[in-house]
Amino acid sequence: MGCGRVGAELAALFDREGQEVTILDIDPDSFGQLPLDFKGSRVVGNGIDQDVLRRVGLAEADAFVAVTPGDNRNVMASQMAKHVFGVPRVVCRIFDPIRQELYHNLGLVTVSPTKEVARLLKEALERAGESAGGEG
Amino acid sequence: MYIIIVGGGKVGYYLAKELVEDGHEVLVIEKEAAKCQQIADELGDIVLRGDGCEGMTLDRAGTGRADLFISVTGDDEDNLVACQVAKNKFNVRRTVARINNPKNEAIFKQLGIDTTVSSTALILANIEQELPSHPLIPLLTIKGSGLEIVEAKVPSYSAMVGKRVGELLLPQQCLITVIIDEEGVPRVPTNDTQLRAGDEVVAVCRRESEDALRAVLTAPARETE
Repeated sequence: MGCGRVGAELAALFDREGQEVTILDIDPDSFGQLPLDFKGSRVVGNGIDQDVLRRVGLAEADAFVAVTPGDNRNVMASQMAKHVFGVPRVVCRIFDPIRQELYHNLGLVTVSPTKEVARLLKEALERAGESAGGEG
Repeated sequence: MYIIIVGGGKVGYYLAKELVEDGHEVLVIEKEAAKCQQIADELGDIVLRGDGCEGMTLDRAGTGRADLFISVTGDDEDNLVACQVAKNKFNVRRTVARINNPKNEAIFKQLGIDTTVSSTALILANIEQELPSHPLIPLLTIKGSGLEIVEAKVPSYSAMVGKRVGELLLPQQCLITVIIDEEGVPRVPTNDTQLRAGDEVVAVCRRESEDALRAVLTAPARETE
């Protein structure tokens, strides 16, 4: 759910692996981000509407991931996927680290790009310092 | 009581106004500066600018001592998260969420929201008995025969809930062909099949008896009380 940069990239990765992928977005123009050879289905619709989720066959899905720009949309859709449709694997992107921690404690599998990217940048900066030191 | 309201739009504003008049301690949390200013000008110093889904804002609002937490923004997902944060991070005893999509009622309950209010559902409930296109849906017209296949949902208030198919006073040339229960399981009914609230009834009937069929299925049980 969510065909932004991350959603499109992730969909393409699974598609190339040969998985059956459906990507959902409220904006039909967003699908332009998908590679030309993407074989999965593209569905226009609101991912926090149960009727839409039912229509895309969420009840039969093995996995669901929510990567819209809105933390709350991701949280609501993921909880519906998990608790209403019984999807076995659900992952939710939450930018806000405080909300990420809360929903992690409530049993959702969550990823906070804010925390992860900050950590990666810090590590990269530290490594960059080491190699610069080595050269000097 | 100390009552926190998330969302300073029209609903939040009038709700705050009424609750202040009733003598409650009220705090409105609103993101937009202009709305905050308007509430402060008209209702006094009872507004906090911020995101009602954020832990820090709710902490500053003193959510831990709130007796009641009401989220009435225009977005269901924001109301859900605000109430879940209040409930799970600040242990607010009672949370109320406004919902736009009436179908979200069940999932909000399941996710721990104590009360949901849906203006859509309230309006629907009020017009349901007067609106002819609801709840009878024409599925198919059988060409040249004057017959139609229609579908109708048996509302929970219907006098027919609990009645057997054989007891229904159906119009002439009308036959109930399939009954689909709330779990989606279809049955071909006999005269002894009992109708339940939420059943989808598929019937063949003459176009002119559509109204009569709808009346049979949806007449409220009120008179018998």
